[in-house]
Amino acid sequence: MALNTMHAEAVAGVVDRVVARYRRDPSNMVQILREIQESCDWISPEAIDRLQSTLGVPRTKIEGVAGFYSFFYTEPRGRYRVLFSDNITDRMLGNRALMERLCNNLWVERGKVSEDGLVSVGKTACTGMCDQGPALLINNTAMPALTAERIDEIAELIRNKLPLSEWPAAFFKVEDNIRRADILLNADFKPGEALLAGRARAPDEGLMASNMRSWREGLPSGMGGPIAVLDEIKRAGLRGRGGAGFTTGMKWEACRNAQLKAGYQRIIVCNADEGEPGTFKDRVLLSTCADLVFEGMTVAAYAVGATKGFVYLRGEYRYLLDHLNAVLARRRREKLLGENILGIPGADFDIDIHVGAGAYICGEESALIESLEGKRGTPRNRPPFPVTNGYLDQPTIVNNVETFAAAAMIALKGGDWYAGIGTRHSTGTKILSVSGDCERPGIYEYPFGVSIRQVLADCGARDTQAVQVSGPSGICLAEAEFDRIIGFEDIPTSGAFTVFDKTRDMFEVARNYVHFFQHESCGFCTPCRVGTSLLKNLMDKLHYGAGSPYDFSEIEKLNQLLQSMSHCGLGHTACNPVLDTIAKFRPAYEKRMNQQDFTPAFDLDRALSAARQMTGRDDAAAHLANAHGGEA
Amino acid sequence: MSLTFTLDGKTIPFEDGQTIIQAAGKAGVFIPHLCYHPEFKPHGSCKLCTVKVNGRHTASCTMRAMPGMVVESDTEEINAERRALTQMLFVEGNHFCPSCEKSGNCQLQATAYHLGMMSPHYDHFFPNRPVDASHPEVLLDFNRCILCSLCVRASRDVDGKNVFALSGRGIKTHLIVNARSGQLGDTDFALADKAAQVCPVGVILRKRQGFAVPIGERKYDKAPIAETVTEGK
Amino acid sequence: MSNKKKLKVATTSLAGCFGCHMSFLDIDERLFTLLDHIEFDRSPLTDIKTCSPDCDIGIIEGGLCNAENVHVLREFRQNCKILIAMGACAINGGLPAQRNHLPLTTILEEVYHTSPGLANGMIPNDPELPLPLNQVHPIHEVVQVDYFIPGCPPSGDAIWKVLTDLLAGREPALGHGLMHYD
Repeated sequence: MALNTMHAEAVAGVVDRVVARYRRDPSNMVQILREIQESCDWISPEAIDRLQSTLGVPRTKIEGVAGFYSFFYTEPRGRYRVLFSDNITDRMLGNRALMERLCNNLWVERGKVSEDGLVSVGKTACTGMCDQGPALLINNTAMPALTAERIDEIAELIRNKLPLSEWPAAFFKVEDNIRRADILLNADFKPGEALLAGRARAPDEGLMASNMRSWREGLPSGMGGPIAVLDEIKRAGLRGRGGAGFTTGMKWEACRNAQLKAGYQRIIVCNADEGEPGTFKDRVLLSTCADLVFEGMTVAAYAVGATKGFVYLRGEYRYLLDHLNAVLARRRREKLLGENILGIPGADFDIDIHVGAGAYICGEESALIESLEGKRGTPRNRPPFPVTNGYLDQPTIVNNVETFAAAAMIALKGGDWYAGIGTRHSTGTKILSVSGDCERPGIYEYPFGVSIRQVLADCGARDTQAVQVSGPSGICLAEAEFDRIIGFEDIPTSGAFTVFDKTRDMFEVARNYVHFFQHESCGFCTPCRVGTSLLKNLMDKLHYGAGSPYDFSEIEKLNQLLQSMSHCGLGHTACNPVLDTIAKFRPAYEKRMNQQDFTPAFDLDRALSAARQMTGRDDAAAHLANAHGGEA
Repeated sequence: MSLTFTLDGKTIPFEDGQTIIQAAGKAGVFIPHLCYHPEFKPHGSCKLCTVKVNGRHTASCTMRAMPGMVVESDTEEINAERRALTQMLFVEGNHFCPSCEKSGNCQLQATAYHLGMMSPHYDHFFPNRPVDASHPEVLLDFNRCILCSLCVRASRDVDGKNVFALSGRGIKTHLIVNARSGQLGDTDFALADKAAQVCPVGVILRKRQGFAVPIGERKYDKAPIAETVTEGK
Repeated sequence: MSNKKKLKVATTSLAGCFGCHMSFLDIDERLFTLLDHIEFDRSPLTDIKTCSPDCDIGIIEGGLCNAENVHVLREFRQNCKILIAMGACAINGGLPAQRNHLPLTTILEEVYHTSPGLANGMIPNDPELPLPLNQVHPIHEVVQVDYFIPGCPPSGDAIWKVLTDLLAGREPALGHGLMHYD
């Protein structure tokens, strides 16, 4: 373990430096823990000791937060921490064999730390590289497009203890794979233009009655623009791109109209916690159109009078942080962020980036806000909603990355222009993250209304059995439904579009998704915490051949319970992949239903293995038949 | 004019700002609950108090009462769902009532009786949760923890100590105490703390006082939990 | 009613302490009334060793701690139309299940090798002895169980109530006082 033991004084030095950089503000706890781990490889008891005294918060709070996020380690996990992405697409591309290869290469058991304390190899939820998998994270840095040769190279570098910064840059190269670009990915846009256009749309510079209120509340002065921008967003019919599809104009207006207590400010949050397995469009938006996204946030700030913004970037996209910070710095230099934006007195708005640490639930807006506040990412009780009581109890808008990009284009080109794209109920475009069994996985931006069949044709999918739209919490479509369209009136989506050809076992797809939900349940409410584990056990029971009709009815009952009793959407949707696949691909389940009568979930014969080993017995009485009533 | 809503057909008066469970309690109507405690800010995690408001499921401890609401609580459907939740709690931990000092005074057990839970139904998880006997006056038996966080809230909000917190995530969520050793004996926890009084199950136990009340005379031997609604009194 | 064919009832104790059977006897003189309606098949009360193939009710005390328990339970499930789990151990493993957080190897080591006073101990390996399972399981985890009578032990009154409910064709229910887990 020598590699993992930093001197206590060195740890204290790191902690002090990080805490100072975050102004001793406990609401930055997640960022503080992340940076400590980046320097120290883990969050040691010494680090927590020091944090407790310098930050002035109880140890329980620090440990509670550190214990919540998958990427925080309160036990040493090696100098090299390898996590294989374990989405179904990674599985289809052979991630299991690669993981085994690396483990064998490095003499390390999966999930454990090597004896010399150098390396650990484990798995993690989808890392958003489905179009270029199999992928892994090493010390939270993305590494896509793995091959057996690359695995061997990695093992060699680890064995030689070469610092990650000296590894070949090509290993970390992430492709954008934009296959179809439309108004966002092909935007005719120069930084600042959308803001100027939004402002220019103000009827005049005088103070209209409708602006008096915003002015009184401390909105940037001299802006007939805010109302005009809000009107454009409403006219555009823009709806949230995270999946739920709430009307953006209404959300912004509610935030704008929320009472502002003394000393409070309005907050704009960009939700870049793209955790839904199979989606990766926000990664591409942020890597190729960061200006458009930041400008959209600034447009929102302008429309509602917000002065503070956050991007909540999922931990898996940590590698984008330097790039995004560079764009932010440039925008500050260009007076597109900071004080007196575009020279307008009082137009103050700036953006900080918070990096998550491996928790899908933080994509839920209230859990995201909790995480931004440096807490465990547990969804809040609602009402009140974030638009009135969000970040540190202040009025807060949380929107998806793509929503902000669209908002910027609406400010630039107007609501009518935008409303003319797509369908009547779903205006504009939708960016799809296409992966799975197709020739051209990647990013496809379509006007709303495109059919599943069209997307399949464009991406070169053949012999398609099923498409999972919007990830595990979305919907699984069978061939008969391929003429349905992407749009709020038919199939709403956060963007994931995972293709399965006829060779795939849809039961195993559902089981992978159920494992995902079980791993990502936050544990706050009883039904989801326990129910997702029960569901996982039932799916595993079917997988191992012990399933009977009894287990089917149990799955159905659990689904009912999760839907009606869970605290948030995670629990509500955790059964979706199972129910969809049972309804549409029943033979995949029937194949697994080996038992007619109730059969135990555990292997009775294996349950005697320890006793057999201890006694050295192997006679007939030292074994048990597994199937109920049957004999061996 | 006074504000009212209906609960299982009965008219319940309420004051502005009250939650459904508060108003029901005042009116002497029992809604099963575990993480809710009238003296603390509602948490909304156990979901036992779930009711249907105008046909939609919601936790009655966090939902504010509104005039004219139609609330269903004591129905076969909702009680079956609540029973399933208690069964989940029973299999998630290690709840061996016969050897638990809290038996007869345990809110989880009494609630399960109320809901007619004849068996835990699901397969048991049988987790490994060592007890903490380090404190001179109090034993912590984590086997029975249902993660209601009442001790967390009591220690933080009343005692001002932050002795307890939840750590981990999902099915690995667990209670921790405020000491580097992880031992209660190394915290400033005291028997007089509010946090020592609020555990609805048998996690936080006063030492040397077990089984003091004979069977038949314990709290829920005398009256079922539904008859112990005290808020109105 | 006495003209009707008597129901065959079988009982057994697996990983239990026979306390539930003692409690069964606590129904006292009502046992005579019961015997108007039932006859005992395999049971410690009759010393019959195997179930008749046409038992109506099987009552199981205790959980599953070894291979023999599993065989007996399966015999009951195969031969009894209705299976009842009686008492805490059958329902959640009870006291024996409190070993479940320990690996069986550790337990056997401790019991047969490292306990004080055990010089050169050995783990019994006679084929006559049933092998212990890695964990103790409640019976509903291995076979389908129709009814449950909780309690450690359930009172004679509770057992009486469930049996008479079943005999009368009612869904068994235990009210306040009869329903307890301890």
